Amino acid sequence: MKNNLAVTGNSGPGVRSDCEVSFETTGSGGIKLDLQSKVKSMFGRSINDLVSNILSFYNIKNACIKIIDKGALPFVISARLEAAIKKTAGSDSEYLPEMNPENSYESERSRFRFSRLYLPGNTPGMMLNAGLHAPDGIILDLEDSVAPVKKEEARLLVRNAMRAVNFYGAERMVRINQGKMGLEDLRYIVPHNLHLILVPKCEDPAYIRDLEKEIERIKELNGVKRIIYLMPILESALGIERAFSIATASKNVVALAIGLEDYTADLGVQRTNSGEESLYARMRLVNAAKAAGIQPIDSVFSDVSDMDALRENVLRSKMMGFEGMGCIHPRQINVIHQAFSPTETEIEKATKIVIAFKEAEAKGLGVVSLGSKMIDPPVVARALKVIELAVKLKILTPDWEKSLQ
Amino acid sequence: MGEKLTIMSSKLIKNAADRMVLTGLNGKSVVPYKGVGKFKPEAQKYAPSISSCADYPTDGNKRVDSLKKALVKCGIEDGMTISSHHHFRNGDLVANQLFDAVKELGVKGIRWFPSASFPCHEHLIRYLDDGTIHHIEGSMNGPLGKYVSEGNMKGTGVLRSHGGRYQAVQDGEVEIDIAVIGAPMADPFGNANGLEGGSACGLLGFALVDSEYAKRVIVVTDNMVEFPCVPWQIQGNNVDFTVEVEKIGIPELIVSGTTKITKSPDRLLLAELTAKFCDVTGIIRDGFSFQSGAGGTSLAVGEFFKDIMKKKGIKARFARGGSNKYLVSMLEEELVDYILDGQTFDLDGVRSMAENPNHVWTSPFTSYNYHGKGNFAGMVDVAILGATEVDVNFNANVVTHSDGYLLHGIGGWQNCLFSKTVILPLPLFRDRIPVIIDEVTTLCGPGELIDVIVTERGIAINPLRTDLIEKAKGSGLPLKSITELKEEAEKICGKPEKASLCDEIVAVVKWVDGTVLDIVRKVSP
Repeated sequence: MKNNLAVTGNSGPGVRSDCEVSFETTGSGGIKLDLQSKVKSMFGRSINDLVSNILSFYNIKNACIKIIDKGALPFVISARLEAAIKKTAGSDSEYLPEMNPENSYESERSRFRFSRLYLPGNTPGMMLNAGLHAPDGIILDLEDSVAPVKKEEARLLVRNAMRAVNFYGAERMVRINQGKMGLEDLRYIVPHNLHLILVPKCEDPAYIRDLEKEIERIKELNGVKRIIYLMPILESALGIERAFSIATASKNVVALAIGLEDYTADLGVQRTNSGEESLYARMRLVNAAKAAGIQPIDSVFSDVSDMDALRENVLRSKMMGFEGMGCIHPRQINVIHQAFSPTETEIEKATKIVIAFKEAEAKGLGVVSLGSKMIDPPVVARALKVIELAVKLKILTPDWEKSLQ
Repeated sequence: MGEKLTIMSSKLIKNAADRMVLTGLNGKSVVPYKGVGKFKPEAQKYAPSISSCADYPTDGNKRVDSLKKALVKCGIEDGMTISSHHHFRNGDLVANQLFDAVKELGVKGIRWFPSASFPCHEHLIRYLDDGTIHHIEGSMNGPLGKYVSEGNMKGTGVLRSHGGRYQAVQDGEVEIDIAVIGAPMADPFGNANGLEGGSACGLLGFALVDSEYAKRVIVVTDNMVEFPCVPWQIQGNNVDFTVEVEKIGIPELIVSGTTKITKSPDRLLLAELTAKFCDVTGIIRDGFSFQSGAGGTSLAVGEFFKDIMKKKGIKARFARGGSNKYLVSMLEEELVDYILDGQTFDLDGVRSMAENPNHVWTSPFTSYNYHGKGNFAGMVDVAILGATEVDVNFNANVVTHSDGYLLHGIGGWQNCLFSKTVILPLPLFRDRIPVIIDEVTTLCGPGELIDVIVTERGIAINPLRTDLIEKAKGSGLPLKSITELKEEAEKICGKPEKASLCDEIVAVVKWVDGTVLDIVRKVSP
């Protein structure tokens, strides 16, 4: 059922880079716009133009609109207004901001996923600079960080953000809602150069297959060619027990993540920093992921002020075989990258192995040896991985071989 | 006096910074800005008349019952210039009490000459309205800034730097009739300091020039001690009267109990980039010096400096500040030999100044005065400062926002531009307002003195600093031209319309040598 009046967005004392739109459909009297904006003297005209464009796009001739603007960028204002229009006048059409050309890059199956930064899907202010902190992935979250009454408007904001906000090379991720609502989220995100979907509280491989079907349907409808990867998050005892079948439910599952807050709640135990209570779950998940040839990813560390505890946590995580971790504050990113990055000794050993391997290859030798030791192919593969990592983390330059000679 | 100045009615002249400025102001002629280091007045310094001990109590007791009585004894009259100071920042109770007394005496048309004003001085708007105060020469912040920007003040405001205020008094540009100095501790003779008492603020440096040059000086305290009050940051020999009142400041608004470093990831990123820049360009080296502010980003820069210095095993010779617990901890950990302090921002700063001989109190005379035989500002290796706007020629604005409203004072900002390297870490845009634009709304600092703009989306080095450009090459830091940064901001925010301003001139911005750098116009209603 549609109301005459809808209020969307956020305002209030602490709010920045957002706006609140009150939209009332009226039978007559034309368009009445009341714009209260801290940037009115600089952008008043441009906001007026944007509103007129959107209204004519939806063919709205009579309405009372009040916008309390806290310096929202155009993609935010249009998402808020579109949400209000959909709640009142109703429409299936989408008013899309232009796709930022900087955002057309692709992802790949095996890219590093050390850090993925969670951003609440209905808080635009945090989205603008997130990519500058250089996380491997940015997650626009539609699930737990969005209040139930804000779910619909968050979808539009996330959609617009995916088009307008520069992600600065981070993998473009969205965490969808659970169950049916998650399936409904897809049409707002799949067409907009989405790289990866996080699937929360995953317990059933069948759900992954349902998602996959719906994703394919939307891709075809919108002419999307690129693969959209999946990262199921296991957050329950049942999910952990089914880790391998979930990991192998689709070829597009590239990582398995663990969510320890919910998992420990499911077990009815306290989550501790040392994590004995989740030892089995973490080991089981790592093993399942490795068996399926995908990345095991650890839970977020929630004390954002304690960087030393975070560092310890990441080192433990790396030791267990995890290849990444979630973050909830940008300052965690560097600590995570540093802790996951190879040590000096590891790098030195790897460079020697790779050089020996290349020399053997050049000489047409089938067997690689370093000193008196024979080197197996997996050792070479691991060394190459270490070097790739070191280059990516700028510990080595791409032409490291030259500088060694 | 009393007539509103407008662009049409005033004789305007283009100054060396290409800004159209006034040649006369509040009834006196003024010199347009001539360029950095170009204006050298040939004149004698101003001097107050000779006093005689015969006119003062031999026993040194200069106490008067009330501020009102002291003002009467000073011979207060319509149209006089009365000064006060911002040592108590937003916790100041002196200026408000002072003008309550002036009002009760029925005196009109006062020129108020504060070293800075704060939002707590909103109380004075009623006295600007009723003619008790004619105009303000000093920073116009918060509610006063809004009041002035909307064209409500009778006279034209004058904005000066801390150094410029000293210069103006010393040169006789501003003759102070009565100086009212709030002191956390004083004796009946007038010796005073800021180190102890409920309103302890550390030092009283901003009042030094007033005590030396004003015709009459009143010291107001809520902590009268027996002679001698030591150390005498203000010397009683310059003081006419002392007054004890119940309260001169609200402690928690004077200094914060605990200064905290920003948690904002974006500000921390700016601070980290700034520190990295100083590291790769060799600014951070053994024995260097820096100026750190108390703003969120500056504090964080200090912390990143500290990490780098520890890693390298080096220390700084001195830091200029705004002291706070972070700077104090550097002094106490022997990462810095001396703090040359202009004002203390928290209780650790006050404590350290009172007990550590290497935590030295300074004044605008030693630090900033441009009409002296040198000053400290130029000796500093790097100053990290703020700004509201910067333009593509590196000119910067600190007093108005892009909508034209006066919101901040100049403080020591202009003076610090003489440091060897000046870095402004700034967000590329605040909410939707781009910080790097075509032309600043108000010019406060000429671009030739501003070396580096650090934003979260790239670092622009002033083309004049070929040395820094060379050193930063290949550092991996995101170097961009200032025009590229401007365009990047516009791509995100859109191109802002220029604020529409009225013809009326509400204030002028002075350069450190007393010349007129720019004018501030009334905002459109």
